[in-house]
Amino acid sequence: MNSTIPSTPPTNTTPDVDAAHSSSLEVRDLTKTFGEHQVLRGVSLKITAGRTACVIGPSGSGKSTLLHCVNRLEEPTSGDVLLGGRSMLAQSPDALRRRVGTVFQHFNLFPHKTVLGNIVLPLRTVRGLSAQQAEQIAMERLAEVGLAAKAKHRPANLSGGQQQRVAIARALAMEPEVMLFDEATSALDPELVKGVLALMHGLAERGMTMLVVTHEMGFAREVADEVVFMDRGLVVEHAEPAAIFEDPVTSRLKGFLSQVL
Amino acid sequence: MFENILRSFFDTEAMWAVVPDILAYGLRNTLVLALAATVIGIVLGMVLAVMGVSRSAWLRVPARVYTDVFRGLPAILTILLIGQGLAPLTSQWFRGNPYPLGILALSLISSAYIGEIFRSGIQSVDTGQLKACRALGMSYASAMRLVVVPQGIRRVLPALVNQFIAIVKDSSLVYFLGLLTSQRELFRVGQDAAVTSGNLSPLVAVGICYLIITVPLTYLVNWTDNRLRTGGRVAQVVDAQAEAKAAEIERTDRELAAKAGR
Repeated sequence: MNSTIPSTPPTNTTPDVDAAHSSSLEVRDLTKTFGEHQVLRGVSLKITAGRTACVIGPSGSGKSTLLHCVNRLEEPTSGDVLLGGRSMLAQSPDALRRRVGTVFQHFNLFPHKTVLGNIVLPLRTVRGLSAQQAEQIAMERLAEVGLAAKAKHRPANLSGGQQQRVAIARALAMEPEVMLFDEATSALDPELVKGVLALMHGLAERGMTMLVVTHEMGFAREVADEVVFMDRGLVVEHAEPAAIFEDPVTSRLKGFLSQVL
Repeated sequence: MFENILRSFFDTEAMWAVVPDILAYGLRNTLVLALAATVIGIVLGMVLAVMGVSRSAWLRVPARVYTDVFRGLPAILTILLIGQGLAPLTSQWFRGNPYPLGILALSLISSAYIGEIFRSGIQSVDTGQLKACRALGMSYASAMRLVVVPQGIRRVLPALVNQFIAIVKDSSLVYFLGLLTSQRELFRVGQDAAVTSGNLSPLVAVGICYLIITVPLTYLVNWTDNRLRTGGRVAQVVDAQAEAKAAEIERTDRELAAKAGR
């Protein structure tokens, strides 16, 4: 009766990601300074192609800034970003962003376009596809996130969870080699979180390289191949989920986990 | 005394006498001046707005100076300076015809206001929209053109109509440039008739014409403004959903209360 509450998304429709298509992602000694404030103080991490890394940490630890530096929505102060082993900072930001998909906390769908139009627009302007090709790809991606029936709706008429699934479909339509998730479920009502996490889980299983900033410790524990704990602009611990959650080494991680678990 | 007032403002004979000129010249010229100045003002205003939100000071500062100057001067001053000052320089194209220069002056004034209207609209669009575009690999230019500006413009349509109303009224000032008979706009038509008849009623007649143009537009603005504020259809859908949810909660509450009572 109420269209704002989506049914649990069917698990057999996880997006079709070609594992061979995803790339490794590496950041080397990344720093970012805003005026006097040093938000990232030399972050290095490497994610092998096809693996999922979850970044956890207290607010203000630099998690989101790290993501923004990876796709250069913020220009890193120093350090390097490598995609498939090749440095990306020498190239144009657009070249990097075409290969990296980003999903935001607040979805950032285009409200003046239909759901379909949201996916068609970047396909046409960035990948230069014809209207027909773009629509075909957009419909395929929408079907994969279980929202083909909503193609002609405006984003405002969708629930938050549905909007986020459209945003994921929009990013996937660009055929990225790496996906970044910036607290993708933080703005959602609790009952809508599951559908988005299931979709991300499916993506991870299909071999997409993913860097996921999240507050969902359950997701980090179950889905991540590795977990990165950040605090005050540094990577404090980087290990497999079991090691992070069952056997934290530093007192900072212990303190953080005792607060969130 | 009442009769005197009636005769000097509402002399029906003098009012009817000016109607042929109003229909032949006045209305048409007023609307041509106002529409032309609005169209050119929208084009120039869009350029100013995009310059105004640019990160480069080389674009931002000139737009700022232009806007401050043309919004800060009295319209009559701009019209006289442009209309008379540029007349010798442009005589080879316009042959001393003041009409195009009148349109130019009105356009320069309106573009300064319209530029500010567009700029505020563009800046009211959530920065996440530009971020999303850039993250998808779109260039700044296509992000602005296809996503940010279209959203910004929608929100400022009421302000644009207000600006059109202002230009309709300001167009009367071009009469200072000296117009040919066929170029006279509403005010000048009324003024001429008032002088020859020694009666103010023709001016009242053209005043009514201004009101016929501006008042409905004012109400159109209020109506669209209300629709925009309540969000039109989208808000209704959301409201309906909220109502349905509220009804459900209420029903559950009642059922629980009934159960507890039993």
